[in-house]
Amino acid sequence: MFLVDVILSGLILGGIYALIAMGLSLQYGVARIMNLAYGEFTIAASFLAYVMFTVAGVSPILALAVAMPLSFALNWAVYRVLMTPLVRRAKSPGALEVDSILATFGLLFVVQGILLMIFGGSYVSYSYLAVPVQIIGSTVALNRLLAAGLAVAIALALTLFLMRTRIGTAIRAVSVNPAAAPLVGIDTTAYAAFAFGLGGALVAASGVLVSMFFTFNAAMGVVFTMKALIVVIMGGVGNIFGALVAGLILGLAEALTAAFLDGGLTLAVNFALFLGILLIRPTGLFGKAAR
Amino acid sequence: MNAKDWIVPLAILAAAAVLAPLPLVAGSYWMALLVNVLMYAVLATAWALFSGPTHYVSLATAAFFGLGAYTMAFLGEKLPLALVYPVAALIGAVIATIVGLSTLRLSGVYFVIFTFGLAELVRQLVTWAEAKYGGTVGRFVFIDVTQQGIYWMLLGVLVLVLLTGFLIQRSRLGWALKAIGEDETVARHAGIDTTVAKVAVFVISATFMTVVGAIMAPRWTYIDPSIAFNPIISFQVLIMALLGGAARLYGPILGVVPLATLFEILQANFPNSFSILLGLAFLVIVYFVPSGIVGLIDQGRDVLGRAGRRRAHPAE
Repeated sequence: MFLVDVILSGLILGGIYALIAMGLSLQYGVARIMNLAYGEFTIAASFLAYVMFTVAGVSPILALAVAMPLSFALNWAVYRVLMTPLVRRAKSPGALEVDSILATFGLLFVVQGILLMIFGGSYVSYSYLAVPVQIIGSTVALNRLLAAGLAVAIALALTLFLMRTRIGTAIRAVSVNPAAAPLVGIDTTAYAAFAFGLGGALVAASGVLVSMFFTFNAAMGVVFTMKALIVVIMGGVGNIFGALVAGLILGLAEALTAAFLDGGLTLAVNFALFLGILLIRPTGLFGKAAR
Repeated sequence: MNAKDWIVPLAILAAAAVLAPLPLVAGSYWMALLVNVLMYAVLATAWALFSGPTHYVSLATAAFFGLGAYTMAFLGEKLPLALVYPVAALIGAVIATIVGLSTLRLSGVYFVIFTFGLAELVRQLVTWAEAKYGGTVGRFVFIDVTQQGIYWMLLGVLVLVLLTGFLIQRSRLGWALKAIGEDETVARHAGIDTTVAKVAVFVISATFMTVVGAIMAPRWTYIDPSIAFNPIISFQVLIMALLGGAARLYGPILGVVPLATLFEILQANFPNSFSILLGLAFLVIVYFVPSGIVGLIDQGRDVLGRAGRRRAHPAE
């Protein structure tokens, strides 16, 4: 069935978008850093998985176990070294926003430049589990299905972690009110750094998963940053559930547009949908009223 | 206006008079650099007209710039050239009014990302329309405007945007914008029609950007959406205006001159590591020049002033 095909591929795409956006949602919602270099870390993880698979034959699933802790440490260090001085000197949330946008924009170019130096500008991909599977009479590539399944599993684990553990509760407290959190004995800076690192682990996961079925090059980070930003803003800043819904909406819209309208219009429809939702709900689907 | 108020407009005109004869002596390499600097000077000053006082960070520069470039590409051979620029300005103003009125409820990062999304939406739509109805992605712009002509037009527009900025700063509108930047709710309660003030200046700023796009289009002879609507333009304008200091009328220009030159030098000499060096330049600016060059000048003036006072009152 054609419609099932379209909806299924839309949902798979949407699941991946949601995972890409969740890391950014953590980094922006908790650590208050608008990380424009986000997509570069996605691509860096994709390249790591690519190198491990083509050089050493390591499966991308194992690459996850390497990429996630590595990216956690790297992002944690980025927050500690680069972002903490900005947080200290910021007089208002608005000032921090502008500063962090500028600083991470610089970081974007540095990371992209390093990737370009190592890998050049050519497109790469590798073939892992590229076999068709039948679901409800529709054919899907196994690697896409696996990526979407892992994305859902990671999202669920994250939600449970945030909702059920002490650390998760503290992270949510910092996200809700960074000024009041220290009053109940929460070390805001430490938790912000932890959340930023956790966002980094998620971005690495999405990069590895995307690399399983996607052709990519060193200059493509911006695309992922944009997708993640749109999903985060559309869902409401700092709202993990909102990111999931917005990701699925975008994935479905993209698949439906490609199937019934015109393949060249997918991105335009994405942006139109995003702008339309912001016009009706200025703080996103599940956002709190003006800050 | 009393005698003191004439200083700023006269200084602007005098500076323009000094810069005007440069194309007669400069070689083609220097002309290319000068045109580039002037283009960013107009864009950054126009950007700061709106975003400086209100603190609404707009990334829609590329959208209006590209709109202007495409107006020239479409109408350049159909209308007399002198008519294309006003038409481009009109189109820019109309679109900016629609955008301004529809984004009123957004603030903070939502506004930033909205304006960025807007530029991308326009780019995608133009790409799609060109591929579907034009048959090609890009189009050629064969319009006979010399490098010198472009330079003089940009210089003229720069004078206009500076004078406009000067007039706005002196007017009630300028104060209204500053109040909005400080606290929008308070501004509204003080009786300021924030809607009119924001949209008016947003439209003025966007109109200048559109005209710059129309002026620059003939220089490329070939444009496609990824050139005309390049998001890098928005970001470069933003970083230049912030490096200079968006709070003063002349601030953005102070950022444009060193950065446009730096980008040019980096691109010419280190094409392979351009993006790393560009990124490092950004980081250095953010960490070491946080309040812009204008801030440095003010600091310097403070230090000198204090030293002067100390000399005058040695007893203290």
